[in-house]
Amino acid sequence: MKYVDEFRDGELAKTIAARIAIAADPDRTYHFMEFCGGHTHAISRYGVKDLLPPNVVMVHGPGCPVCVLPIGRIDMAIDLVLPSSQEEGAGNNVTLCTYADVMRVPASGGLSLMKAKARGADIRMVYSAADAVRIAREEPDREVVFFAIGFETTTPPTALVVKQAAALGLKNFSVFCNHVLTPSAIAHILESPEVRELGTVVIDGFVGPAHVSTIIGSQPYDYFAEEYRKPVVIAGFEPLDVMQAIEMLVNQVNDGRAEVENEFSRAVTPEGNAKAKALVADVFELRRSFEWRGLGKVPYSALRLKDEWAAFDAERRFAMTGKDVPDNKACECGAILRGVKKPTDCKVFGTACTPETPIGSCMVSSEGACAAHYTYGRYRSAA
Amino acid sequence: MCLAIPAKVVELRDGDQAVIDLAGVRKEISLALVDDVWPGDYVIVHVGYALQKLDPGEAEKTLALFAGLAASEAA
Repeated sequence: MKYVDEFRDGELAKTIAARIAIAADPDRTYHFMEFCGGHTHAISRYGVKDLLPPNVVMVHGPGCPVCVLPIGRIDMAIDLVLPSSQEEGAGNNVTLCTYADVMRVPASGGLSLMKAKARGADIRMVYSAADAVRIAREEPDREVVFFAIGFETTTPPTALVVKQAAALGLKNFSVFCNHVLTPSAIAHILESPEVRELGTVVIDGFVGPAHVSTIIGSQPYDYFAEEYRKPVVIAGFEPLDVMQAIEMLVNQVNDGRAEVENEFSRAVTPEGNAKAKALVADVFELRRSFEWRGLGKVPYSALRLKDEWAAFDAERRFAMTGKDVPDNKACECGAILRGVKKPTDCKVFGTACTPETPIGSCMVSSEGACAAHYTYGRYRSAA
Repeated sequence: MCLAIPAKVVELRDGDQAVIDLAGVRKEISLALVDDVWPGDYVIVHVGYALQKLDPGEAEKTLALFAGLAASEAA
């Protein structure tokens, strides 16, 4: 496939690997955080780690929306649709539409959306937000709630369907908004005690988001290069993109530079997608604070619907109340999402916690650090 | 979640819709988030929406960068 195969070429990968090996100074170690789960997945799947010298270390970041969604938010969604958990029984005519990634995330009481569905809740997997609108049109007697989750990549489609629903005059459609923002998460990591004071997490630079950046552009990262003196190289999600970005990061560190460079220039511009950004700005506003699994409450890190669109805000429409639910004690997802621990540092990794029976969210999505390592790397680390 | 794939636009339809071809698989997607897309263009498709048009010239430059060629040599 064009724009895919040529970015996975094994021979070229060796060429880039050879250049990285020459560029990397053997007297120092390089730690780069790949923010996105898409990069984590590519690194595991294509064995990028094996092509890097031992002193170039990749640290997984929190850029997996399913992974950072706290249990409380899933519980709120389940409360809305599972008849038995409804005190007033009002949830019986609610249909929850969601992207498939969210279905297996463990919630409280041994539940997940998948298990709630098995107990009779009307939960449907959709490919697109547009499918949720279609269901609302086809089934006017159902209250259709779209469980919106994702970073800036996924937010513009949600903004679009809210406007569409308004234009269609739909009275039975709303959005349970869980959209989160990449730059605030990066800032939060750079401000964390592990990075700033304790030094337990060393980050010499970032492999910057691919598809998020097609929307927000490369400009939002200038701040991290200028304020924190951390190089950022925006990279596509194909393995050669990641390798090339690592080479560019090594070169920046060697030169003492901290700049934003764009390896994914075939799809990312400095300004991003103005049309999509305008739509998002029309429909959403910042939440003062939002809880992330692993990172805790992060100020101004998520979006909610503006008052103007309140009729389409499921949280207001159904008076949904937030819940603080601690993670499973055995699970290290929190530390893994902050880059403090690796999947193999977790006691339940690959034993009690597997992709079939996940205990933590990082084992659920294919972009999660644990799922990626379990699928592609667990035998290598055992060897 | 941010998974998105480059696909070729083969047909424009009413209401900002378009048909894409992905190695022979055809699907209708929305072009509502992008401007100036025509049949033959490649777009990045995510959850049924095109997010950006791919720039063929920039893609060539990146491939040249992989091979260790200066961008000017690839042009």
